[in-house]
Order: sequence, then structure tokens, then C-alpha cells
Amino acid sequence: MDFSIGEDRQMLVDTLSRYLADKADWKAREAAIESDTGFDKAMWQGMAELGILGALFGEEVGGFGGSPFDIGVVFGEVGKALPPGPFLATLMAGKLLEAAGDAETLGNVIAGASIATFAHEPAVSADGSVAPQASASGSGDSWTVSGAKGVVDYLGSADVVVVTADTGNGLAAFLVETGASGVEIRDYPLVDGGAAGELTLSDAPARLLTDDASAIDTAIAAGLVATAWEAAAVMEVLRDETLEYLRTRKQFGIPIGKFQALQHRMATVALEIEQARSAAINAAANFGKDAATRDRFCSAAKYTVGKVGRLAAEEAIQMHGGIGMTWELPLSHYAKRLTMLGHVLGEEDEHLARFIELSMAA
Amino acid sequence: MNLDFTPEDEAFREEVRVFLKEKLPKRLSDKVRTGQHLGKADMEEWHAILNERGWLANHWPKEWGGTGWSVMQRFIFETETAIAHAPRVVPFGLSMLAPVLIKYGTEEQCRHYLPRILDGTDWWCQGYSEPGAGSDLASLKTQAVRDGDHYIVNGQKTWTTLGQHADWIFCLVRTSNEGKRQEGISFLLIDMKTPGIEVRPIKLLDGDHEVNEVFFTDVKVPVTNLVGEENKGWTYAKYLLTYERTNIAGVGSSMAMLDRLKEVARTTMRGGKPLIEDPLYAARLAKLEIDLENMKTTNLRVLDAAGAGHAPVAESSMLKIRGTEIRQEINDLMRRAAGRYAQPFIAEALDEGFNGEPVGPEWANPIASEYFNNRKLSIFGGSNEVQREIITKAVLGL
Repeated sequence: MDFSIGEDRQMLVDTLSRYLADKADWKAREAAIESDTGFDKAMWQGMAELGILGALFGEEVGGFGGSPFDIGVVFGEVGKALPPGPFLATLMAGKLLEAAGDAETLGNVIAGASIATFAHEPAVSADGSVAPQASASGSGDSWTVSGAKGVVDYLGSADVVVVTADTGNGLAAFLVETGASGVEIRDYPLVDGGAAGELTLSDAPARLLTDDASAIDTAIAAGLVATAWEAAAVMEVLRDETLEYLRTRKQFGIPIGKFQALQHRMATVALEIEQARSAAINAAANFGKDAATRDRFCSAAKYTVGKVGRLAAEEAIQMHGGIGMTWELPLSHYAKRLTMLGHVLGEEDEHLARFIELSMAA
Repeated sequence: MNLDFTPEDEAFREEVRVFLKEKLPKRLSDKVRTGQHLGKADMEEWHAILNERGWLANHWPKEWGGTGWSVMQRFIFETETAIAHAPRVVPFGLSMLAPVLIKYGTEEQCRHYLPRILDGTDWWCQGYSEPGAGSDLASLKTQAVRDGDHYIVNGQKTWTTLGQHADWIFCLVRTSNEGKRQEGISFLLIDMKTPGIEVRPIKLLDGDHEVNEVFFTDVKVPVTNLVGEENKGWTYAKYLLTYERTNIAGVGSSMAMLDRLKEVARTTMRGGKPLIEDPLYAARLAKLEIDLENMKTTNLRVLDAAGAGHAPVAESSMLKIRGTEIRQEINDLMRRAAGRYAQPFIAEALDEGFNGEPVGPEWANPIASEYFNNRKLSIFGGSNEVQREIITKAVLGL
């Protein structure tokens, strides 16, 4: 048993942490989220040059990491600094490029020369109806995909999209170029910073990456590990900021941290955050096991960070009082991000249901 | 980062499992598994079996009969014994008094008392709480007044667990009323056969006799029975907070209880379906299971840090809170599984040799009393509110 992240990974963390402190400070973040793209392309390029994106993938495809703990620590730093950017999109699209052995496309992504995103969940239209599963037709080198996908991360900036679609023989992953015919994009900002878009494909030309549906499950599992680690890191920021506030903010002549009503709640928040951290570790540690075990721990983690995330975000705002409601205070953005992470890749109740299902099958 | 146990640890786990398979009497594990009462003789029997193997005082230093196990080995041992439904080791002499004697007692005291704890000659109980000193332990009033070579002790202790079996009691007593309350407390060893001591049972809400009141009237205690220095007892009592907390979360115990609960939920029919398929019940069960999986890892992280020399005071408090909450939730879910059959209670069925007719499902008889009895978990050993105070001060620095 070993809970240290190891020397190499520590170097990665230090590099990323220094870079983000330098290039993605709060002012830079403000500018990025108000830009058209929702993120700072120069920062992204710089990060690619440092090899940060390569850390998410294995050596066979030009990366230099790719283990669940590599993914975990990178997203942990993202959670600490909160730079907007297509991190999760890169990871999940990249995992499918990796599965397809497409080192060339992935190489461009890792180098920051190309932005990739992942379109999986169906779009929902104004009347609430859910788009049918996207479908693919064709064979060999000649495929087209049709369908509508919703809330695709950083779609407006993407050069390529990894799209899931039904071939008639199950779900497969396709690569679609955003500049191709039959591709329609509606871009918009997100409440917690960054951008996403609705993707409509009408017989858009596509390249089959893999028709092995388990590769899609693996990409989603990697996304869940990443989300859990990012969420745990955001929680720790919220906890530390709130503690600092409890120590320094005075009311009735004493620091508000002296009030037991707040102390005991804060102790509970701290306890729950440790549990969330453990859940994130469990998800990474079981990633290499059989798919059912992996998914069970991924769902346990997503359920836990969803539940604890809401508690940590709400308590952080509540204990800060009015100032916690302001745009000016970074804390409020961390709280927003954490809450919205609860909506990414399935909410806590969905993952609780999935955990039950997987437990029953075991 | 790697959560796998080392091959050495796995080999050790196997050694513990083989030992339990060979040496844990089925009569005892059946009692634990089905919630029957364990008598003094049962507990002494299990202590003797562990002692024969040299594992009874596994956390003591080697020179006093310990094993030199790593914290991880202790964790594995505690988990495996709990999963096998072994009786819990009675902690008062082994885990509470002994570490204090080894750290603060004289060589002579260690030589005298420690072997007697190991071989079962002395059964110890704990004299900390008083009617007016519960969570606020430092307000204790039981007084020890020096009179030549003796202290004269007057006062009352309460919640003395298994004091009815005890040969000796280790007590916190007041030896000074000067200065800070904590600085007038001493740690005293008292022979329960000394004239002036009276033990009265306290019947608990589940009907059981587990705890007692102990009254002291002009009890003469030799000065040689003082541990460490006079008025330093608070330090010694607090030392226990940092010692031997590997099992405070009760992970093994919860795992064993959860196995039993799932078995019950699979075989109990509700509305024509196994209870485990009821979505609301299944959701509570799943939340519990996830919480336990998380806590297992939290526990291992704390042990890992402890192995690296970090004294896990506040983390232990977190584990105590969540560990007891989990066990109480299991008790509650067991109670829910029983439905109306939680209510019938044949007390004699908890005693060995009962061969009467059970009422309702066989497992249901003790579960309400277990639920009520385990309300104690969030109260004793520092209530969960006191634990939050510790977290507040130690981790949060508020």
C-alpha cells in the first residue's frame, strides 16, 4: 500500500501548479471566461508544450503517462486553480483516439495544435424531447453520422469531435471534423465558466475509430476518475478558504469560527471531504480491474463527490454569508464549479442507481 | 499510489485466517454472529487462545509480550477477527491501562501488572466518568487524600463497563483543587476487593447489565499504586487518545455486520419481492456500502500517515464519528428488515443453551436490543459531539 503519488507524478504536479499560478491567475481566468472561446488558447498551448496533455495518455500513442493516478493528479491541479479549458473533452476524446491507435490525430491534440472534444449524450430540444441515439451508416473508410448531441464541451473551439453513434450493431465511436459538411454547431457559455455547444449532424462524413463499445465505457470511466479528482480538489480549496474566513471574520467581537454552530458543521464538512478524497482514490485504484468493479467504484466516487460537493459548496457560501454570494470572491466560482461538476457524466442519484445495479449483478 | 496490500501483508492475512479457522471456537463465533450474550468465561476463553499464540497484546512493545506488528498488520488482524465473528478483545487492561503503564509506570508496576493482564489473572475496568463528569471529564470530583503511605479515596464512578467482573479499576481521581482543573488529577490503580468499594449494576434500555456504578467510601489505596506523578493523570489519560486507534473506525466489525445485513435483505420478502430489490431500501443499503468503502480507504490513509509518524488525533475523531454512524445505520436497517418482528423479544434466547421456539425470523430476536444498545456508540469514548470539538481544534484550528 502506498498513498504517495511518486516522484515523477510530483514533478508533473509541481510543473502544472507553477504554470497555472503564473498563467492562469484569477484575472486571466476572468478574461478567459468572458472571451468568445471561454478559455485562453495561449494558456492551453503553453500547457501542451509543457507536456501536461501528454500526461493523460500512454507512451504507445505519444503520451508519457495515462494511468488513472496521472489523470487524477492533473485534474486535481485543474480543480485547485480552476482554469477553464477542454480538459475533460481532451481526456475522453483522447482515450478513444488512444483505443483506436490513432497516434497522429492524438499527437496533434497532445501538442495543442488541434482541439478535440467528445459528444456522447443526446441533445434535448425546446419541448423537452430527447434526440434519438445518433446513427451511423456506411462501411470501411466511408461512414456518415446523423444525430443531435447536447452540451458538448468547448464544441465551438473544437477541430475534431469524437461522436458516439449506433451502427446497427451497437454503439461505436467516430471522428468528425467540425469543418465538414453536415456539421452544425451552436455555441454558448456555461454558468460556471467555459463553453459548450449543441451539435447537429446530418449525414456528416465520419471516420470509424472503434466499434468496441467497451472502449467508450473505458473513456467514460476515465472521465469519472478525472471528475472525482477535480471535485475533491475544489472541495479542499473551499474548505481551506472557509476555514481562513472563520478564523478572521469577526462578528459579536469574536471570530465567527468560535461559534459552535459553525464549528460542528465545519467538522462534518471536513470529515465528508476526506471521504470524498478516499472515493476518488478508490476510483483510480480500481480502474484497472474488471469493468464491473471499475464502474462500481467510479459510480461510488461520482455519487460521493456529488453528495459531498453539494454540502461543501453550500456550506462554504453559507458560512461566508453575503460576501460568499459575490462574483468578486473566487470562492463563489469554486462553489459554482463544484456544484456543476455534479451534473457532468451523470448526477449522484443516477450513479447510486448504477452502483445498485452493478452490486446486484455481482 | 497503490491500494494493494504487500505480498507480506497478504501472507500475514492468510496466517490470521488459518489461525481463526483452526482456533476460533464455533461456539463463540456463533454467539457473536447471532447476537447472543458473551459471558465472562467466553471472553476469557478467547483471550487465552490469543495469548497462547502471542497475539493478545499485539500492539504492546515486544519486550512486554507484544508482537512488533506494523499498524497495517494490526489493521488486518482486527479486520479479519471481526469478519470471522471473533469476540472483541476486552480493551480495559490490554489497550487502555497497559499503554499508560508502559509509557508512564515504573518498571516494577509493569513487571507486576502486565503479565497478569496477559494471563487473565486480573480483569480491569475503567474509572473515568462520574455522575457530574461525562463529556466534561476534567470536572471529576472523586477525591484521593494522601494519608501517610496511602490515599483515602471517596467518591463515585459510573458507566463502568463490565465492572461486575473486575478485579481492579484504574481511576482518575482528584488530588488537588489548586490551579487548573486538569492539573489536579491523578491516575490511581485500585484493587476492587478493598473495603469501602461497592459495585451497583445499571440496567440499560435494552434490559442488559453491561455497565455499573462504583462507589468509594474511605477506600485505602497504597501510594505505590499511583501511576506516574501526582496531578499528572490528565496527561496520561489523554495519551490514550493518540495510542492504538487503528481500530477506532471498526471497519471489520462493520464489514461483518453489513454481510449479515445483506444476507437478511436477500432472504427477507417484502410485498412478494426480496427486500434488497425494494428501491428505497436498496438506496439506503448502497449509500451505506459506499460510505463504508470510502471509510476503509480513509482509515488506511490515516494508518499510512500514522506509520510515517503522524499522530492522528483529529483523523481518529473523524473515523470514530463516521465509523459509529455506519454501525448505527446498519443496526437501523436490520431493524427495518425485521418489520413487525423487530418487536417480539425473548431475552433468554440470547443466553447459551436456549432451545425454545423462536418467534418470527430466527435472526430477528436480538436486533432491536442491538439497535438500542448501540446507541451507546455515538456517546461513549468521547461523544461524537466531543469528537467534533477535537476536530475543530486539532484539524481546523478554530
